[in-house]
Amino acid sequence: MKLAYWMYAGPAHIGTLRVASSFKNVHAIMHAPLGDDYFNVMRSMLSREKNFTPVTTSVVDRNVLARGSQEKVVDNIIRKDAEEHPDLIVLTPTCTSSILQEDLHNFVERAQLEAKGDVMLADVNHYRFNELQAADRTLDQIVQYYIKKACKRDELPQGKTAKPSVNIIGNSTLGFHNNHDCTELKRLMADLGIEVNTIIPEGASVHDLKKLPQAWFNLVPYRELGLATANYLSEQFGTPYVDITPMGVVETARCIRKIQEVINAQGAEVNYEDFINEQTLYVSQAAWFSRSIDCQNLTGKKAVVFGDNTHAAGITKILSREMGIHVVWAGTYCKYDADWFREQVGEYCDEVLITDDHAEIGDAIARVEPSAIFGTQMERHVGKRLDIPCGVIASPIHVQNFPIGYKPFLGYEGTNQITDLIYNSFTLGMEDHLLEIFGGHDTKEVITKGISAESDLNWTKDGQAELNKIPGFVRGKVKRNTEKFARERGLKEINAEVLYAAKEAVGA
Amino acid sequence: MTIAQQPEALNFECETGNYHTFCPISCVAWLYQKIEDSFFLVIGTKTCGYFLQNAMGVMIFAEPRYAMAELEEGDISAQLNDYEELKRLCLQIKRDRNPSVIVWIGTCTTEIIKTDLEGLAPKLEAEIGIPIVVARANGLDYAFTQGEDTVLAAMANRCPSKAPKALTETDKSDERNPIQKLLNFGKKKEEVIQEESEYVDHPPLILFGSLPDPVVTQLTLELKKQGIKVSGWLPAKRFTELPIIEEGYYVAGVNPFLSRTATTLMRRRKCKLIGAPFPIGPDGTRAWVEKICSVFGITPQGLDEREAQIWASLEDYVKLIRGKSVFFMGDNLLEISQARFLVRCGMMVHEVGIPYMDKRYQAAELALLEKTCQEMGVPLPKIVEKPDNYNQVQRIYELKPDLVITGMAHANPLEARGINTKWSVEFTFAQIHGFTNARDLLELVTRPLRRNNNLKDLGWDKLVKEEAKI
Ligand code: SF4
Repeated sequence: MKLAYWMYAGPAHIGTLRVASSFKNVHAIMHAPLGDDYFNVMRSMLSREKNFTPVTTSVVDRNVLARGSQEKVVDNIIRKDAEEHPDLIVLTPTCTSSILQEDLHNFVERAQLEAKGDVMLADVNHYRFNELQAADRTLDQIVQYYIKKACKRDELPQGKTAKPSVNIIGNSTLGFHNNHDCTELKRLMADLGIEVNTIIPEGASVHDLKKLPQAWFNLVPYRELGLATANYLSEQFGTPYVDITPMGVVETARCIRKIQEVINAQGAEVNYEDFINEQTLYVSQAAWFSRSIDCQNLTGKKAVVFGDNTHAAGITKILSREMGIHVVWAGTYCKYDADWFREQVGEYCDEVLITDDHAEIGDAIARVEPSAIFGTQMERHVGKRLDIPCGVIASPIHVQNFPIGYKPFLGYEGTNQITDLIYNSFTLGMEDHLLEIFGGHDTKEVITKGISAESDLNWTKDGQAELNKIPGFVRGKVKRNTEKFARERGLKEINAEVLYAAKEAVGA
Repeated sequence: MTIAQQPEALNFECETGNYHTFCPISCVAWLYQKIEDSFFLVIGTKTCGYFLQNAMGVMIFAEPRYAMAELEEGDISAQLNDYEELKRLCLQIKRDRNPSVIVWIGTCTTEIIKTDLEGLAPKLEAEIGIPIVVARANGLDYAFTQGEDTVLAAMANRCPSKAPKALTETDKSDERNPIQKLLNFGKKKEEVIQEESEYVDHPPLILFGSLPDPVVTQLTLELKKQGIKVSGWLPAKRFTELPIIEEGYYVAGVNPFLSRTATTLMRRRKCKLIGAPFPIGPDGTRAWVEKICSVFGITPQGLDEREAQIWASLEDYVKLIRGKSVFFMGDNLLEISQARFLVRCGMMVHEVGIPYMDKRYQAAELALLEKTCQEMGVPLPKIVEKPDNYNQVQRIYELKPDLVITGMAHANPLEARGINTKWSVEFTFAQIHGFTNARDLLELVTRPLRRNNNLKDLGWDKLVKEEAKI
């Protein structure tokens, strides 16, 4: 037993549901007690889904405990098959089914006899895998199922597409900015003259899966979801894959060069160097930003980074390599894949933190006192408590992290978005700090009601002149603090000296 | 008043139970806030934790007095000793938070692996010196708000049963809160004596159901106007202030989902239950007060005017819904009371879905619903216990109700199909009880309609292309 308040990755069934409900016309049936269909609420609320989430429950209740759930599960599958005619029904085990140890395989076989669509049991154990691992496994499982099915029926298309083509593997529902990333990647492929063969799982039909081997290569933008599938396709059909996340200017270039290498090896004869150059210098503003005075001001500032493997590694490299920011530590909650993370960020930060204990992370932030945090919603709240700004870069996320506006993290437009995110986080902190220097926030004692209330105090000429030199956005604040200072000391007149004495007094 | 159509009885149905609701462990979210010195420990899995973390939203960042005791594989296979594990965690809680009570919430997993929480609690309680209350609020047996019912039923057994002998009635509350007595030193006594005379002499009355403190005050004052004294609330603000309950005390519920608590108070604590409609809406509040008065042989004063006055103040909202229809998908057990109130507002109710229907505990509320429908001349709604959401959505497509009260899983998809929805969970967190809050209740109900009035000329009703499939 362990005492837990907060978890970064959800339980296994969430991963399975994310993959299943990303596909078109695939229905998931959870084997779970009443109340475990919270996934539907999240999908409907966070991603503002217009359609009903294709997930229902075969309810485990007292009767089921007494008599077993065979009939009920089988009936529910057959019923859903008749009601909605899904291509595939994925029976999804939960923590409850993990301990009931019923023969769900057998139920699936029974249901398959009657159901018109396909039926499968997601092979994930609650106690062995988390949400991310389960998603990766389920995607692989579904792909293998349909490849094998097509093989058996001799329906597998032979050969590759005429022009270079790619499968993009890993975009899914409730993934961090995944829909925007997907658009950006499609655009990037179009710019590179590469056809998109399929995108899975988001928006794909299971009937498309047999086309997967026709692609020249697979692109796996996220470390957490899609690698198992890419590996399977590589073993089975020799399809190479590119697993460099195109996040940030340098990594995007690296990803494109790798694509070039992979397709040239198959006879494409492309050269993307000019494209990379053009994009880097003129489309992405990130490279120019690195040179600008804005970025110069960030040099050596301290930051910490925490998130999933993909995003924490990507952002760490951008901060350190592209902006000259001092990443004191970078961490991930993907403990099961910690070695990869260490290897990726080792040279870009002082220290690597592998944990899924939010308290440990909170303490590490407090200890370091960075100027900005890049993390999940949890770190954002730590930041609030410590008065440190935080840019959210990874799940777990809230509804505000499902923006309607176009905000990819990947590709060249992604570099622009990330630049804004980073710069805004730091400047927000600096503005705050400036306010502090000139005397505090509104939470402190209010002395006069209005901002420019009539004052009984007399500002001398030089006092007024000094006041006018103070940047506009903090001037009112400074004025009030100085007046308060003067009043407390019974001063009738405020000159430059008093102004600075006040500032010093507040600073002390 | 005579009715146009032939008298009919309420029609009860039961469907498959395949519906969306919150897991009852969600009750920790509002109970830890209500009972200020408590700590809730949910003994379950990542599934339970994930649900709470997401359902509680920003509350989770406020260092809530709740935690998961997350079961690992070793706990399931009984390689680890439950008692030792729980002791370790509870000592940690004691050290870090020093609560006056630890509430263990049993979950589906502890049910299935048959962890004997009720057996372990007294032993551990004796060992660590903190009361441990066990509530088995799991998804196998209960829905959403019933979680509170299981907790309060367990708490009912912890209420002290005897007032210290030597003290008079007036002193009791002081004695149980010595600090406050100290602070009020010198002036309290006089006031209380003066106040005492405002009450009619009646047997002690305890109200049960967790409500926000302002609502507690409002309802207590409402009864005070009739000379009725509320001797205590279950739950109180603090566990150490749980009310004294002696045999023969009267009890009344404020929420429709508290049937186990009512049963416990009657059977175990030998209390007399006042079966009344619930104080939701001005009509319900009035009926509730009247019923309590009648049990104590008091003639209620000024209720007519009070109710009429509230209705008058609601007219601008009532106007929006009069003559419109509503469909409750059902997920929190407040549905019958709300349906009754909305019928009184002039709405027609197609269907009242409800997770669980205790016809005895809700008898007075059901009778009032029936009577209200007859008086308003609208057909009686169908009451569907353990509804089937898929079937309900088909019925909604057919009936085209003006408003569907439903969970968040269905709200956006229905809106996208041009059907107005109100998210049902808000009713459990908003203040909706008593005369004072009737407007807030209607504020929620009318919000989608007001929103639509604002947007009605834009022509954006249906925002999905193909015809809807669930
Ligand atoms: S339904 Fe059961 S397993 Fe699911 S969250 Fe509730 S108690 Fe936990």
